[in-house]
Amino acid sequence: MNFEFSSDQMLLKDQARKFLEGEESLKKARDVLEGEASFDESLWKSIIEMGFTATTIPEEYDGLGLGYLELCVIAEELGRSLAPTPFSSSVYLATEAILRFGSDDQKKAYLPKLAAGEIIGCFAHSESNTSPTAENLSCAFDGGKLVGKKIAISDGDIADFAIVSAVNGDTPTLCIVDLKSDEVDINTETTLDPSRSHANFNLNSSAEVLEGTTWESIQELLDRAAVLFAFEQLGGAEACMDMAREYAMGRFAFGRPIASFQAIKHKIADMYIAVELARSNCYYGAWALSTDAPELSTAAATSRVSASQAYNECSKENIQAHGGMGFTWEFDCHLYYRRCRQLAANIGSQSVWKDKLISSLERANQI
Amino acid sequence: MDFNDTTQEAEFRKEVADWLSANAELKDGSKDSLPAMSEEDALVRAKEWQEKLYEGGWACLHWPQEYGGRGSTPIERVIWGQEVSKFKVPGGFFEIGQGMAGPVLMMYANEEQKKRFLPPMAKGEEIWCQLFSEPGAGSDLAGLKTKSVLDGDTWTINGQKIWTSGAHYSDYGILVTRSDPTVAKHKGLTYFFLDMKSPGVEVRPIKQISGGANFNEVYFTDVKIPDSQRLGEIGDGWKVALTTLMNERLAVGDASGPDFEEAFNLACGHDLNGTSAIKDGSVRDKLADWYCQQSGLKYTKYRNISALSRGETPGPQASITKIVSGNKLQEIANFGMDLMDANGIVRQDDPEYGMYQMGFFGAAGIRIAGGTDEILRNIISEQVLGLPQDMRADKGIPFNEIPTSNK
Repeated sequence: MNFEFSSDQMLLKDQARKFLEGEESLKKARDVLEGEASFDESLWKSIIEMGFTATTIPEEYDGLGLGYLELCVIAEELGRSLAPTPFSSSVYLATEAILRFGSDDQKKAYLPKLAAGEIIGCFAHSESNTSPTAENLSCAFDGGKLVGKKIAISDGDIADFAIVSAVNGDTPTLCIVDLKSDEVDINTETTLDPSRSHANFNLNSSAEVLEGTTWESIQELLDRAAVLFAFEQLGGAEACMDMAREYAMGRFAFGRPIASFQAIKHKIADMYIAVELARSNCYYGAWALSTDAPELSTAAATSRVSASQAYNECSKENIQAHGGMGFTWEFDCHLYYRRCRQLAANIGSQSVWKDKLISSLERANQI
Repeated sequence: MDFNDTTQEAEFRKEVADWLSANAELKDGSKDSLPAMSEEDALVRAKEWQEKLYEGGWACLHWPQEYGGRGSTPIERVIWGQEVSKFKVPGGFFEIGQGMAGPVLMMYANEEQKKRFLPPMAKGEEIWCQLFSEPGAGSDLAGLKTKSVLDGDTWTINGQKIWTSGAHYSDYGILVTRSDPTVAKHKGLTYFFLDMKSPGVEVRPIKQISGGANFNEVYFTDVKIPDSQRLGEIGDGWKVALTTLMNERLAVGDASGPDFEEAFNLACGHDLNGTSAIKDGSVRDKLADWYCQQSGLKYTKYRNISALSRGETPGPQASITKIVSGNKLQEIANFGMDLMDANGIVRQDDPEYGMYQMGFFGAAGIRIAGGTDEILRNIISEQVLGLPQDMRADKGIPFNEIPTSNK
């Protein structure tokens, strides 16, 4: 049995970690949170130079042609360092959609530019306070035009193009929309995590269909992205556990480090348990993603739910372990608390993913 | 990343599977097991199976061959465990001896004793128990009071042990005692092994909340033990006990009882509020949590096996397994009984329902046995995360001056 990343992959992970520390990614996340910019352009440029955006794009489209396991370890480090860039939208969602469902022409048009970081993509799916379903999608594609409204789109005001879900007649489908045209009304939204930019779209725009895509394709895209998002969440969760541990070791009360009190030790032990379960489930997701296993939908939902739970546990209890200092703007605890919520919302809520998990197990049971 | 054996591992797995196929009966389903029977009959059956293992060279895989083991690598032991779980085989009597007493004898007994005691332990001829906990010393094990006094080359033991699994059918026991109450708690302990038939040893079963009686109180009244049966130096008993306890964590595994699959199947076949329970949002929410926990433990185990396969030492994940699976069992037990509505309180003979009621009691026990949830959290935080030990009110104080519940 070899249920572990290879030494080359671990080396890549280590390089990514050191690179992001060297870039002061965490400080840049705070700068974006406090400033006017929607993302950190210098960090984004460095990430492109590292080749991270080209990871899974085949060499024939000027990518590196590496596998998903490589992308998973990069995702974990981006999550750990709260990298304030459109990486997840552009790589896990837009690039994936074109890689998976694009025609040869679409691949030729988009993939080399995505690999080189010349363009940024995003994914527009949500339309209201209710999670999207095959029945309630209202954005409509007809005669080359896409009409409707999309909300809470991560990196919607940064991206050059969007992958948009819409109904084509009665069939849900995926479309590509050029965001640089005047036909899309893009409005930046105020969110709980300003270190990541969000927008809504009013669309009355030219669009091209990703031919053959259906509601199942949308779910497949979400499943594949879910594994990568889970790795970001895992990295963030572990960072919170490490912060809590370090603070508790150095903070004295009643004449001793607070890390010697069982109330704190057991809290940190519970973080460790949540992180280890999430890590093991993420590895399961990574295996399924990298091998196109039939269990992908189960594995993706499992890693997503487990990593969301771990990040939630660790980011809130990290604040608690810090006491009053954890509630200050000055400490970084809230950056993780915000990002945890942003990632938990990004591709659908916890209840939606739990339901998807049980549904996929029901399907497996029927076979 | 894959789940495949190396060539060497695959060969070993085939050897194991061939031998098991020729000597045991395959299970029909994962929870299929041997029919229930009295403890006496089960013991006979287990001894027969253990002897078969021994004769076939499959007893105590991790022990050296000269003492009746196989000298296998850790990964081979894992493969054996995976394969044997597919067969209907008895167990439950030899784990304390082979998993805990055996390794301690190997480290501390003399050669003559090892040759005398280890092979019968491996063969299942002689059963061992562990005499550690006392009424006043559980999680704080080093607070034990059972007194040992040396006169010439004979020790005299007086006191009481508790929670001793299998004492009533054991031939020998490993025992920690207090030989010097005037020094600090961890310093005055001495470790022995003894014949459970020795005069002055009295075993009384303890009735558990489940109604069963798997463990006992053991009383010692002027029990004599020759000094040759001391393991480790006088006053060094704590060090020897720690060796034993490290092996205990590995011996106590998953909580047995209904898991995700059972709860899922129950929900699929059961009505709730006029519709199938599996359609209920709160049911789906809970099932998803348990699936993630079960899956997380499964793949944590796979990560450990991968570490073993590479010849590395696995992490202390055994502690995580017991905390998570014990609590999960308690939740699933309550869920199962809840689905039965008012009838959940009525004893169910059908195992499909009865297992939730068994789990209701079993989970309460597993969360305590072999290290409580709380002690395991201490172990994770101190040994894995490197957090400082709690401040102790008894540090450096002679044992006989430490405040206790009785004074």
